[in-house]
Amino acid sequence: MKTKNRLFENTVHGVFLILGLITVGCVLLITIYLIVSGIPAICKIGFFEFLFGTEWASTAAEPSYGILPFILTSVYGTAGAVLIGVPIGILTAVYLAKIAPPKIKSVVTGAVGLLAGIPSVVYGLVGMLVLVPGIRTLFNVPDGASLLAAIIVLAVMILPSVINVSVTALEAVPKEYEYASLALGATPSETYFKVSVPAAKSGIVAAIVLGVGRAIGESMAVMMVSGNAVNMPSLFESVRFLTTAVASEMSYSSGLQQQALFSVALVLFLFIMLINATLNFFLKRNRGE
Amino acid sequence: MRKRVLTFALAAVLAVTTFAGCSQKTSDTVSADGSTSMEEVIGILGEAFMRDNSDITFTYNPTGSGSGISAVKEGRCDIGLSSRSLKEEEKADGLTETVLAYDGIAIIVNPDNSVSDLSVEQIASIFTGKIKNWKDVGGKDAQIVTIGREAGSGTRDGFETVTKTEDKCEYRQELTSTGDVITTVSGNSAAIGYASLAAVKDSVKLLSVGGVIPSEKTIKDGTYTVQRPFVLVTKTDEKLSDSAQKFFDFATSDDAVKLISDAGVVAAN
Repeated sequence: MKTKNRLFENTVHGVFLILGLITVGCVLLITIYLIVSGIPAICKIGFFEFLFGTEWASTAAEPSYGILPFILTSVYGTAGAVLIGVPIGILTAVYLAKIAPPKIKSVVTGAVGLLAGIPSVVYGLVGMLVLVPGIRTLFNVPDGASLLAAIIVLAVMILPSVINVSVTALEAVPKEYEYASLALGATPSETYFKVSVPAAKSGIVAAIVLGVGRAIGESMAVMMVSGNAVNMPSLFESVRFLTTAVASEMSYSSGLQQQALFSVALVLFLFIMLINATLNFFLKRNRGE
Repeated sequence: MRKRVLTFALAAVLAVTTFAGCSQKTSDTVSADGSTSMEEVIGILGEAFMRDNSDITFTYNPTGSGSGISAVKEGRCDIGLSSRSLKEEEKADGLTETVLAYDGIAIIVNPDNSVSDLSVEQIASIFTGKIKNWKDVGGKDAQIVTIGREAGSGTRDGFETVTKTEDKCEYRQELTSTGDVITTVSGNSAAIGYASLAAVKDSVKLLSVGGVIPSEKTIKDGTYTVQRPFVLVTKTDEKLSDSAQKFFDFATSDDAVKLISDAGVVAAN
């Protein structure tokens, strides 16, 4: 009876181990594949020419593969989205966690959840049909598909992650801190911004980093609103992100062009790894406190 | 250790399936090699052909017109596919061309645009950035917004070849599908773009080029100039295998006309 039980336990254990290893295997497979297929093109093109070249003409008779415009666009686009999205997100989070009456809170939380569930292609579609023509008329530029359109779409897309994680962090702040502040004569607003927010600092930073990750990895929605021409980033110019560079050319690519696209994906992957490491750092610090 | 074993196992499975794809060439295989622009039309024809002849396998290798032509010359495939006419020296080298279809590329603008006709030279100047304003070609005072396709697209390749603007076009937007181009042009009064004629809808205005309105008729008789032929390349003095001949006859038959126009191009016969 006992051995039978143990056999059963071991089998279950083994099954779960294999299931767990599937994830690990996928990650490893993707990482190895990206590195193996991304390195050759970088070697062929030259490390500096690839990363700091400003011209991308992958199908020209004399092709050039410089991805600096993509890198800068991704960085600027993400920074812009964070600049717009994070203040809105954090202030919403403060409102939801501390000020909002329960009824309003449940409505807003529901809306935030819905926003998180909207597929990115829908964001792109609305952006393409509403935002792009809107920017064109509002700013009187020849074409609205631009970095600005992408920034606005990304800012909205990162809101749910920023809000949800910040709310959790703010709600975890011990009530005693706030009571102490209030007892010392601080107004509620002073308490929220000078006590609660600083106390939830690392959680909020984690929320921002999560938003950065979401923004830098987004491809479908930005592809639909950013115009996809290779330009150095400028607010009203059509631009191409790291993600859209891969997505827009992969289907017909061949030879060195295809390898170079894998290299672009590798660069993007490194960016995401960096962001993940930062996120882990802040989450750990958060838990340590 | 275990992770590594799993990874290698997965990699091995992938490798095996990849090689399994390159099966041995048998007499019952028709292989076509060449132009990536012809992918859609040849895909549709190949599918229909295999449906009717289940014992014959049709393969298509999208490599580009140049390599398709050399592949048929070197006997590496049965039928070469080229999206340009053969040069005289290629014909002298023992190759024959049979025009399968014509790919007519429509130049489209927003319905609000007052311009209705452009010459090929004007189109080339617009897309290379030499003409930047609609008033220079008889329209209203507005900056021209050029909408194109992504690098590697067959339509882009065709457009740039015909207008002789290869690698010189300055696009404001590079979109990944014909539908996107049409939607964008229909939404911006200063936009100009190009698309396969068959895909053009009423939401955009079709321009005539040099006074010729694009239609099946003007494309076939060659008066509409923004077009290129889709050519089947074969050896002049060597007979095709029976199955390849069967495919060739099918592709040039009347039955194929509907399939060819489904692919957005104008059948040659």
